Amino acid sequence: MGINLFALMGQLLVGLINGSFYALLALGLAIIFGLLRIINFAQGAMYMLGAFCAWLGLQYLNMNYWLALIVVPVVVGLVGILMERFLVRPIAQQDHLYSLLLTFGIALMLQGTFNHLFGSSGQSYAIPAALQGGFNLGFMYLPMYRGWIILVSLVVCFGAWWTIEKTRLGAYLRAGTENPKLLQGFGVNVPLMITLTFGFGVGLAGLAGVLAAPVYSVSADMGSNILIVVFAIVVIGGMGSIGGAILTGIGMGVVEGLTKYFYPEASTTVIFMVMVLVLLMKPAGLFGKEA
Amino acid sequence: MANLLQSDRSFYTTAGILLVGALLAPALVYPVFLMKFLCFALFACAFNLMLGFVGMLSFGHAAFLATGGYVTGYLMTNFGLTPEIGVVLGMLASALLGWGFGALSVKREGIYFAMVTLALAQLVFFFYLQAPFTGGENGMQGIPRGQLFGFINLGDNLNMYYFVLAIFVIGFALIHRTVHSPFGQVLKAIRENEARATSLGYDVRRYKLMAFVISAAIAGLAGATKALVFELESLTDAHWHMSGEVVLMTLLGGMGTIWGPVVGAAIVIAIATIFSGGEMGNYIHIIMGAIFVVCVLAFRRGVVGEFRHFMQRNFQAALSTERT
Repeated sequence: MGINLFALMGQLLVGLINGSFYALLALGLAIIFGLLRIINFAQGAMYMLGAFCAWLGLQYLNMNYWLALIVVPVVVGLVGILMERFLVRPIAQQDHLYSLLLTFGIALMLQGTFNHLFGSSGQSYAIPAALQGGFNLGFMYLPMYRGWIILVSLVVCFGAWWTIEKTRLGAYLRAGTENPKLLQGFGVNVPLMITLTFGFGVGLAGLAGVLAAPVYSVSADMGSNILIVVFAIVVIGGMGSIGGAILTGIGMGVVEGLTKYFYPEASTTVIFMVMVLVLLMKPAGLFGKEA
Repeated sequence: MANLLQSDRSFYTTAGILLVGALLAPALVYPVFLMKFLCFALFACAFNLMLGFVGMLSFGHAAFLATGGYVTGYLMTNFGLTPEIGVVLGMLASALLGWGFGALSVKREGIYFAMVTLALAQLVFFFYLQAPFTGGENGMQGIPRGQLFGFINLGDNLNMYYFVLAIFVIGFALIHRTVHSPFGQVLKAIRENEARATSLGYDVRRYKLMAFVISAAIAGLAGATKALVFELESLTDAHWHMSGEVVLMTLLGGMGTIWGPVVGAAIVIAIATIFSGGEMGNYIHIIMGAIFVVCVLAFRRGVVGEFRHFMQRNFQAALSTERT
C-alpha cells in the first residue's frame, strides 16, 4: 500500500488536535477525581457551555476570541464552583455513584436547555484574524489555528502537571488526595480547596470549549460524544496520575488519527477497542494504581 | 422468620392484585401503550438486579436492549421463526454480549465500572450504526410479529398484549427468584460489604459476572419483545440516552426494591408520552435531568422506597422490615 504522506500527516494533525481536547478534558476529570473521588459526568456539558459562552459573547457582547479565552474558563469555572458548593457537596458523604448520577442529570439539563434555545444545528465561530492562514512545512500544510490549539493544550497541560507535581500548592492537593482529614488538621481549609479544585477542573473543560469553537461547530450535543471517548481514555490511562491522563489523551488522539488514514471504518471505535485490550491485559489501566 | 413469611405474603398479595389489573387493563388502556410500559418495566427490573441488588451501576444497558431487538428482528425477518423462538434467541444473544461486557468490566469497581460499561455500549452503538443488517439511521423496519406457537396470530394487538404480559411475568418471576435465592443473598452481601464477602470465600467477580449475564439476558428479552411490539428496532435503543433512561426509571422508582423499577418505568414512560412530539419534545431531557438531580439530592429511596419507609415508620409492627 502506497502511503500518501500529505494525507497521512493531515490525519495525524487531526489526531493531535482531537488528542489535545481529550487531554484537556481527561486532565480536568483526573484533577477532580483526585480530590473528590467523583467523576464529573457534566464535564462534556461544561465543554459545550464553554463553546457556547464564547459564541454568545461574540454575538451579543462583541467579546473577541482573546478575551473569551480568559473570561469563559473563569465563567465556566464559577458555574462549576456553584455546582460543587450547592449540589455536589450535600451528597459528598453518600456513595460516589450518586454524584455520578447527579452530574449526569446536570449534563442532561444543560444539553436539553441549549438544544431548546439554539436548536440542534451547529453555530459557527470564525477563526480570529491573527490565527488565520498557515505554514507550508514542505511535507504538510499546517493551518495556524490548528497549531495554536496544540500549543495551548500542551502549555496548559504541562502547566497543570508542573503545578500539581512540583509546587507547594500541588503538594497540598496531593496531600488532600492522600488524607484530607490530616491535611485539615494542619490548618488547611480543605472544603475550600475542594471547591476551587472542582472549579479549576471544570474551567479546563470551558477552556477546551473555547478552543474548540472555531474548529468544530458549536452545538448542544458536542460535549456528550466526546465525553464518552474521554471516559474510555480515562479507563485506558487509569486515574492514578495526572501525567498519565495527559499522555493517554494525546496518544489516543493520534491513534484515532492514524486509524482514520489506514482503516477509516474503525476510526469511531478504535479507542473503545484499545480500552478492551487494556482491560484484558492490564485491568488497572496503563498508569493506574488501583483497580 | 415470621417476618419473612409476612413479607412473602405481602409480595404475593401485591403481585396477585397487579396481575388481575394487568389482565383487565386492555379494556381501559390502549394495548400498545401497555406493552411499551411492560417492556420498559422489564428492562428496568433487569437493570435493577445489578444496581439495586449488587450495587453495580451499569451505564451500558442500552446495548442489551438493542441487541435483543436487532437479533430477534433479524431472525424473525429472515428466517420466519415463530415469535417465542425468536425472542429466546434474542435473549441468548444479549446474554452472550452480557457475558463479554461482564468479563471485561467486573475487573473494575464503582465509577470505573460505570465508565467501562458506558464505553463498551458506545462501541456496540457504533457497530449497529455501521453494520449492514441494522438499516443504520433508518432502523430495522417491518419486523413480523409472527404466529405464536405457529397458530396464534400476534398481529392482533390483544393477543400480542397477553404474549407480552406473559413474558413480563416470566422475566419478573425470574428476577424475583434470583433475588430470593441463596445466590441472591450472596449478591446482597456483595452490595453491603464486598471485602467481607470475599473474606467469607465467595468468588465475588464470578457472582458479579453471573448477575451481569442474567441482567443482560432479561434486558435482551425486553428488547426482543419491544422490537416485536413496534415491528421496528432503531438506534434509539442503543444510544446512551437509553442507558440513562433506565437508570432514571430505577432511581425514581426505588433501587433495590422489587417493585420500584416497575413504578419508575410507568412514571418515565408517562412523562415521555406526554412530552413526546412537537414543541414539548425539547423539554423531555431537561425534565429527565431535573428528576435525576432531585432524586439524587432529596429522594434517594425512590417512590417505592419512600413509601415503604413511611409505612415502616408509622405501622412498624404491621409491615415487613425486610429490604428486599
